[in-house]
Amino acid sequence: MAVRFTPWLIAIAALVLGILFPWLKTPLIIALSYGFAALGVSILIRAGQVSFGHAGFTCLAGYAAAAISRTWPATDALVLLLAGVLCGLVSGAVVGLFVARYRAIFFGMLNLALSMVLFAVLGKFYHITGGTDGLRLERPPLAGMALERAPFETALLAIVAVLVVVACWAIRRFYAAPMGQALIAIKTNEVRLEYLGLSARRVFWTGYVISATLCGFSGAMFALIQGLVTPEMGYWVRSGEFVFIAILGGAAHPVGAFIGALGFETLKLVASAVMTGIWQLVIGVVLLILIFVAPNGLSAILVRFERRTRTV
Amino acid sequence: MNSSLLLLGLLDGITQAAVLFLVALGMTLIFGVMRILNVAHGSFYAFGGYAAASASVYLASSGESLGAALMPLLAGAVVMGLLLGAIIEFGLVRRILNMDPAMQLLATFAVFMVLEDLQRLIWGVNPVSISAAVDLMGTVKVGAVNYNAYQLLLLPAVAVVIYFGLTLSLGRTKFGRQILAVTHNREVSMAMGINAKRVGLLTFCIGAILGTLGGALAAPTTSLVPGIGGDMMVLSFAVVAVAGLGQITGTAIAAILIGMAKAFAVYLFPEVEVLVPYLIMVLVLLWRPEGLFAVAQARRV
Amino acid sequence: MHGTLKVSIAGLSLVACLVPGYAQQKPAELKIAMTTFLSGPASVFGVPGKAAAELAIEELNAAGGINGVPIKPIFLDEGVGSDKLLSEYRRVVQEEGVKVTLASISSGNCNALAPVAEDLKVLNVMWDCGTEKLLENRRFKYVVRSQGNGTSEMVASVYKLLQVKPDFKTIAVINQDYAWGRDSWELFSTTLKALKPDVKVVAELFPKFGATDFSSEISRLQALSPDVILSTSWGGELDTLIRQAGQRGLLKNGTWILPLAESSLERVGKVLPDGVIVGMRGDHYFLHPENKDEPKHKAFVEKYRAKTKQYPIYPVYHAVAAIQSVVDGYNTAIKANGGKWPTTEQVAEAMHTITFKGLTRPVTMREDGQGLEDQMLGVTKMTPAYPFPVIESLTIYPGALVTNPVGTKSPEWVKTLKPEAMKDSRIKSF
Repeated sequence: MAVRFTPWLIAIAALVLGILFPWLKTPLIIALSYGFAALGVSILIRAGQVSFGHAGFTCLAGYAAAAISRTWPATDALVLLLAGVLCGLVSGAVVGLFVARYRAIFFGMLNLALSMVLFAVLGKFYHITGGTDGLRLERPPLAGMALERAPFETALLAIVAVLVVVACWAIRRFYAAPMGQALIAIKTNEVRLEYLGLSARRVFWTGYVISATLCGFSGAMFALIQGLVTPEMGYWVRSGEFVFIAILGGAAHPVGAFIGALGFETLKLVASAVMTGIWQLVIGVVLLILIFVAPNGLSAILVRFERRTRTV
Repeated sequence: MNSSLLLLGLLDGITQAAVLFLVALGMTLIFGVMRILNVAHGSFYAFGGYAAASASVYLASSGESLGAALMPLLAGAVVMGLLLGAIIEFGLVRRILNMDPAMQLLATFAVFMVLEDLQRLIWGVNPVSISAAVDLMGTVKVGAVNYNAYQLLLLPAVAVVIYFGLTLSLGRTKFGRQILAVTHNREVSMAMGINAKRVGLLTFCIGAILGTLGGALAAPTTSLVPGIGGDMMVLSFAVVAVAGLGQITGTAIAAILIGMAKAFAVYLFPEVEVLVPYLIMVLVLLWRPEGLFAVAQARRV
Repeated sequence: MHGTLKVSIAGLSLVACLVPGYAQQKPAELKIAMTTFLSGPASVFGVPGKAAAELAIEELNAAGGINGVPIKPIFLDEGVGSDKLLSEYRRVVQEEGVKVTLASISSGNCNALAPVAEDLKVLNVMWDCGTEKLLENRRFKYVVRSQGNGTSEMVASVYKLLQVKPDFKTIAVINQDYAWGRDSWELFSTTLKALKPDVKVVAELFPKFGATDFSSEISRLQALSPDVILSTSWGGELDTLIRQAGQRGLLKNGTWILPLAESSLERVGKVLPDGVIVGMRGDHYFLHPENKDEPKHKAFVEKYRAKTKQYPIYPVYHAVAAIQSVVDGYNTAIKANGGKWPTTEQVAEAMHTITFKGLTRPVTMREDGQGLEDQMLGVTKMTPAYPFPVIESLTIYPGALVTNPVGTKSPEWVKTLKPEAMKDSRIKSF
């Protein structure tokens, strides 16, 4: 029961924190949007594959949202979010066609390579993409209203919080559905999956498209709250951070990605408060400890706890 | 213009390829023996460079003789490589050998993050540069262009020596053959009495030293700043992926290929220079996912 | 009991800070957030800026601050990347209540932060970035620039180049690939084409921002052998470029023009040969022909050297100028406000009208927020007096002559320049 309500807990906590400490809204939105990307990555981790290139999808979606907003400044923020999701969907579908037949190291490598190509292209073509300085977006209207910064942040926070709950529910349903179960089979024994008559490639491709879509939303949300998209959004280390969050939170339950994201941001803040410039060290050490102590992540601990308390 | 352009591109490519080869070689060696892709390998490059710079300052060698300028580079590289290699292998790598590949990647990624900040803490964030070795070796004129003799002659020479040294010792020496055996099949070689743990440790250290050596040798030609580890990681990764994991000759060829592609890009279409290595990587992987020179491997079902 | 009292006082003060409307009361201190490069290749440029700001603020506070209010500086590192910088900037404004910022060095960061400052209603003084497009494309209320823009620098550079080397056929450029590198080339090349249409551009190289190895680019430039090579690089990258080009003898091929190289002279030393045309983004030079012996200037140079063991470079002057502009802005606004502490809006308005003096010639602020700064360029020469080259044959071009008028777009305006402008009587040569 604890696990089922955790998404609600996170959403409410985020809203409350955002209202009490207005300056926290932007970091919270960014943290939760990272969570969406990590959720995308964790879907593939369930299939046993690690992608070090999913930041490419968030980056592409962010740039898409920025490009649309710059060309048609009256475009509503909700439309921009939708555009990001669509961008993730389409790019995931197209890239997935090529990538879905690779596994393990080669899968990781190809994703990395593709995201780095995107990174390099965005950084180079200054006149189209703004180069390494990136593209700025002016604050768009939201649901038809032109908002000041503070209400805009509150509205986006509310949207993200609600969507956290929705996403957790939807992905849990996906995991329970045949397609989601088949995804796990790719990790355990792919050949037997084929023996059952399912196309492993098809199953994996579906998982890939869903993961890219989630990343697309993450990128568009990031673009909206930050007002700036840069090629750094697609750098391989960013992809690595998503993987870290996914593992920190665990792939057992979708809420893990969001727990991981909030944990990641907290770690960064704490590390910066103790001493500036060592947050990567702290995170690296925490990750190493985690790999040995809790390889299935924090959500797995929650799930285990729940199971134990239930069987009384 | 075209034939001279070709020559210039070739020469520039070779200077770039030499260091790339060394670093990529270390990565591919480690993968071959331990089946682990070391995401922190770029950090070896960075640490090697900084160690060389510190050694140069410490040994106060400047402007005297070439030997005095090169010695600290070598010393710094070897000491740092051994240190990092031994600590990481003993402390981490051997304990994650039986884990999920995803976890292994993540573990080395964590090491990368730790090393990035350690680098900043130890050597600061300002650019560090040493140039005695390059200055001492002077320039070589080819056509209208002056090349640094260090870049044009020394670096490729070192790369060639190491290439042949490694290939020969792998085939001829006892330890070399043990490495080949463990690379081929760890279980069987353990069954045959090879101490796979020791082979692993020593190979990891050799791989690390190759990485740090690359950094140390590159140090006089560049400026050491935070972030070069991460950049080199992806670049050497591209070389390894194109060549095929565990392929030594393939790595040499891939390094030359990518080095030259970059050099030619600067001449023909400067804007795509940064793009070229990754583009090549994508194209090769799409066509032959195991790499250009990989040997077919049976997959266990 | 003691503890509870402390907590309650702290709590009340916190609440008091949160309530607006008290802002017009003279605050206990004025927090100024300054962004500068504290890491990476650009730190050799950014750290001096920080040192200068600290010195200037120390002096100011010792003299009573602004109308009795001391200044408290907060420094943000531009080296973490625009993304993280943006988050940090928002945090200091929203959480720490900073009302005045000095941002930034990098044109890319200026572009990113200016709209945010406008949105958050904080006064932002762009203290060191050159991109002219920002103030041209939009009229800002809260954002001003206390120094010249890229247009003035590039036009002055072209004038100086044509003065030193009036006949040349080919030119190549190697600039950093980001807003400044791209925009400065656009301005320079358009101006050059307008004044000397027969010049041929043989190579346009844009290595990435932060590059540490220019081997291929140097090979290419050597193969092409242009008469003139331009680079608007700065900081650690320019140092590396100069060093690597020097090693391969490229510095002796052709005439080099490095409009931002004054900041690199002490670090590169003898590597830079004589005859290189050097600029300093304004007229900022510790051996300024007009005021190197002026007491205030001299005293500051000495204090700066005592603190950092280096001679001041132009970012140092820019930092001092920016802080001076804020002080003058506040003082003007206070006077207009009848002696009461002004709102941010009042100060921002004042900032569009003042003329202030840093350590060298005065700068006049225009209604569009752009400062008119005189531009000085010269040629390097190694002398026994210093272990690094000094700049001789100095020429000062007045800001009004080389800056585009209010309301015009620079790329169009520079096309209208005529060679006669180079003979203007306001130009002074030394």
